[in-house]
Amino acid sequence: MDSGTLDFIVGHLNYWLFILLMMTGLYIVVAKGNLVKKIVGLNIFQTSVFMLYISIGKVTGGTAPIFPLDMKVDPDVVYSNPLPHVLILTAIVVGIATTSLGLALIIRIREEYHSIEEDQIAEIENAVLQSEQWASEQAAGEHS
Amino acid sequence: MATQEVHHVALTLTDHLPILEVLVPFVAAPLVVVLGSRRLAWPIAFAASAISFVISCLLLLQVLDGSYISYHIGGWAPPLGIEYRVDAANAFVLFLVSGISTVILPYARASFEAEIPRRSSTLLYALYLLCLTGLLGVVITGDAFNVFVFLEISSLSTYVLIAQGSHRDKRALTAAYDYLIMGTIGATFFVIGIGFLYMATGTLNMADLAERIANQSDSRTVRAAFAFIVVGVGLKVAIYPLHLWLPNAYTFAPSAITAFLAGTATKVAIYVLLRFMFSVFQPGFISQVPTLEVIILPFALVAMFAASLTAIFQRDLKRMLAYSSIAQIGYMLLGISFFSQAGLMATMIQLFNHGITKAALFMGVGIFVLRSGGSFYYHLNGLGKTMPWTSAAMVIAGMSLIGIPGTAGFISKWLLVQAALEAGWWPIAVLIVASSLLAVIYVWRVIETLYLTEPSQEVTAREAPLSMLIPLWIMALACIYFGLDSDLTLNASKTAAEGLLAGSTGME
Amino acid sequence: MRHHLILRVITKLLVGTIFLFALYVQFHGDYSPGGGFQAGVIMAAGFILYGLVFTLDKAQQVFPPWLVHKLIALGVLIYAATGIYSLFAGYAYLDYAALAPHHPEHGQHYGILIVELGVGITVTAVMVAVYYAFASRAPVLSDEDW
Repeated sequence: MDSGTLDFIVGHLNYWLFILLMMTGLYIVVAKGNLVKKIVGLNIFQTSVFMLYISIGKVTGGTAPIFPLDMKVDPDVVYSNPLPHVLILTAIVVGIATTSLGLALIIRIREEYHSIEEDQIAEIENAVLQSEQWASEQAAGEHS
Repeated sequence: MATQEVHHVALTLTDHLPILEVLVPFVAAPLVVVLGSRRLAWPIAFAASAISFVISCLLLLQVLDGSYISYHIGGWAPPLGIEYRVDAANAFVLFLVSGISTVILPYARASFEAEIPRRSSTLLYALYLLCLTGLLGVVITGDAFNVFVFLEISSLSTYVLIAQGSHRDKRALTAAYDYLIMGTIGATFFVIGIGFLYMATGTLNMADLAERIANQSDSRTVRAAFAFIVVGVGLKVAIYPLHLWLPNAYTFAPSAITAFLAGTATKVAIYVLLRFMFSVFQPGFISQVPTLEVIILPFALVAMFAASLTAIFQRDLKRMLAYSSIAQIGYMLLGISFFSQAGLMATMIQLFNHGITKAALFMGVGIFVLRSGGSFYYHLNGLGKTMPWTSAAMVIAGMSLIGIPGTAGFISKWLLVQAALEAGWWPIAVLIVASSLLAVIYVWRVIETLYLTEPSQEVTAREAPLSMLIPLWIMALACIYFGLDSDLTLNASKTAAEGLLAGSTGME
Repeated sequence: MRHHLILRVITKLLVGTIFLFALYVQFHGDYSPGGGFQAGVIMAAGFILYGLVFTLDKAQQVFPPWLVHKLIALGVLIYAATGIYSLFAGYAYLDYAALAPHHPEHGQHYGILIVELGVGITVTAVMVAVYYAFASRAPVLSDEDW
C-alpha cells in the first residue's frame, strides 16, 4: 500500500469511524423491529456525530482550552478549539431528551398495545384501521 | 484587573424586540409550571402568544422597506456571538406563526377540555409555549447552530403534544414515536451539515458563512454539507419521499395541535430551507449543483399529484387534509425550483396562505370531532344544516385550498402560474392547474357530505361554542381578506424574495 | 431490602460523597471540566442510587415529585432571569457585563456562576423526574426476588 492510500485511511481515521458508526446507527434504526433497539440505534447515530465534532476540534499539540488561574496567558501555547465541545454539549443534551422521550413513548405504547415489536403493533393498527373502514362502509351503505 | 469606565449606550425597548419575541413565550412556559395553577395556565399562554404577535407586527413594519435588524445576544458581536437577524422573510413567517398561535389558543381551550384530561393542563400549555418558542426561535435566529437548538426544542415539544392525542386514539403514540425517529434523524443530518460547514469555514453565523462559502463553492465539504442540510430540513418539511410521518401525526394529534402544527411547523421548516439555500449557500452555488432540477422539481411535482390523489381516496377528513398539506408543500417547493424572484415570491405567499387555510380547516375538523364524535365522512353527514356556521367556514377555507378567485389560495396559485410562465415552463403551469382540479374533487366531497346528505339518526350535533367558532371565523375571514386585499402579503413576499435572492442577509 | 446490608450501608456512605462531588463539579466549571450539566447528572445519580436501594417511596419522600417538577421550571427561570436583569440594566440579553458594570470580567464570572446554577438545578430535577416517571410504572419487586 503506498503512502497516499495509507494516509487516506489513517490520516482520516476519525472520518472513517464516524461513517462506520453513523451507518451502523442508521441500519439499526431501519432494520430492527424492536422499538427500544431503534432508540439505541438512534443513540449510536447521534454519538457518531458527537465524535465527528469533537475530533475536528482537536488541534495538533493543543492543550485544554482553559486559561491559567493567574491569567498570564503564554502566547506560544496552542489551545484546542473549544467551540465544537460546546456544540456537542448541547447536542448531547438534545440526545438525552430525545432518548427519554422515546423511552417514555415506548412505555406508553407497551401499556396500550402490549407489545414493543413493530410488526405486532402494525398488525394491531391494521386491525383497528380495518374496523374503521368497515364502519365507514356500513355507514356509507346506509346512506346510499 | 484594571478598572475601566466602560462606555456603554443603554438599549431601549424597541432595540430588544427581537429577543423579546422569543423570550416572552420562553419564560411563560416555566412560569406556568412554577405557578402550577390550572386556571392561570391558559391566560398566561394566551398573553404570551398575544405579546409575541404584537412584537412580530412591530418587527414586520420595521423591515418591510428591505432593511434588517440585528440583535447581538450577550453583547458579543457577530460572527463570534450569536445574532438574531430580522429581515422581511423572517418577520413575515414570525407574523404567521405568532398570529396562528394567538388565534388558535382560544379555540384550543375548549378543544383541549374535550380531548385531554384536565390534570395535564398546566404541562400541556407549558409544552405548547415551548413549541411556540422553538418555532419563533428557528425563524428569528441568524446563527446556524441556534437553528438546530430551537428546531429541537420545537420538535421535542411537538412529539409530546402529538402523543396527547392518545387519550382519544392510541395510535397517536406510534405516530409520535415514528415522528420522533424520523425527526431526530432529520435534525441530526442537519447537524452533520452544520458540522461540515464549520469545518470548511470556521464560523456558524449565517451571514459570515455566506461570505466564506462564496470563496470555496467547489469544495467537496461544502457540497456534502449542502446535501445533508437539504435532506435534514427536507424531513421536517415533508418533501415527498420524506413525508411518511405527516399523515399519522396530523390525524391522531389533538385537533387544536393539528391546527397549530399544520399552519406553522412545515412552514418554518420551508423558511429554514429557503434561508440556507439562498442566503447561506447563495444563488451562485445553487446554480452549480443540480439539486433544483433533479430533486426539488421532480419531487414537488410528484407530491402535488400523488398526495392529491391519495387525499381523494381517504375516508377520514383529517387524513385527507394531511395529504392535501403534502400536496400544498409541493407547490412551495415548485416555487423554489423556478429559481427566480417570482418563484420565491410565490413560495413565500403560498407559505402564508396555506398556513392560514390549513389552520382554519383543521379548526373546523376539530369542531366536528367535538360535536359528532369523529372525523370520518360518515360522522359529518348533514352537518351543514345543524352546524351552519362551522360548515360555512369550512367551505370558505376549502375554496381557499382550491384557489378560487377571491380567496387567499388564488393569489398564491396565480403567482405560481405567473412564475412558471415567466420561466418559460408552460407545461408546469398546466400541471399546477391540473392538480388544483384534483383539490376540487376532495373539497367537493366534503361539501357534498356536509350539505347534500341526510344526517344520521343518532347524531345530536348542535352548533359549536362561541370560543371555538370565533377563532375559526377569524381564520376563515383572513382567508378571504388576504385574497381580496393582498397588499401586505404581496409586499412582504416581494421584499423577502428580493432579500433572499440578493444573496446576502443584507450584511454590509 | 432487609437482606442486602452491604448495599444499604455503602449507599448511605456514598450518597453524601456523590452530592459533594456534584457540588465540586458544579462550581469548578471555570477551572476544569465541569459545569451545570455534568454536576446535575451526578447529583441526580445520588438521588437515583438512593431510590434504587431504598425503594422509590423513600426517595419520593426525600424529593417529592411535585418539587421535582417545580425545580425543573425554576432552574430555567433562574437562567432566563439573569438575562432579563441584563435587559433591565440596558444591556443586551444575557450580557453579563450588566452584573458588574465597572468590572466586565467579574461580571462574566458572576453571570456564568448563576446560569450554571440554574442549569444544574434543572438537570438534576429532569434526571430525577425521568427516573421517577419510569420507576413508578414498573412493578415493585418483592424482597425474595432480589
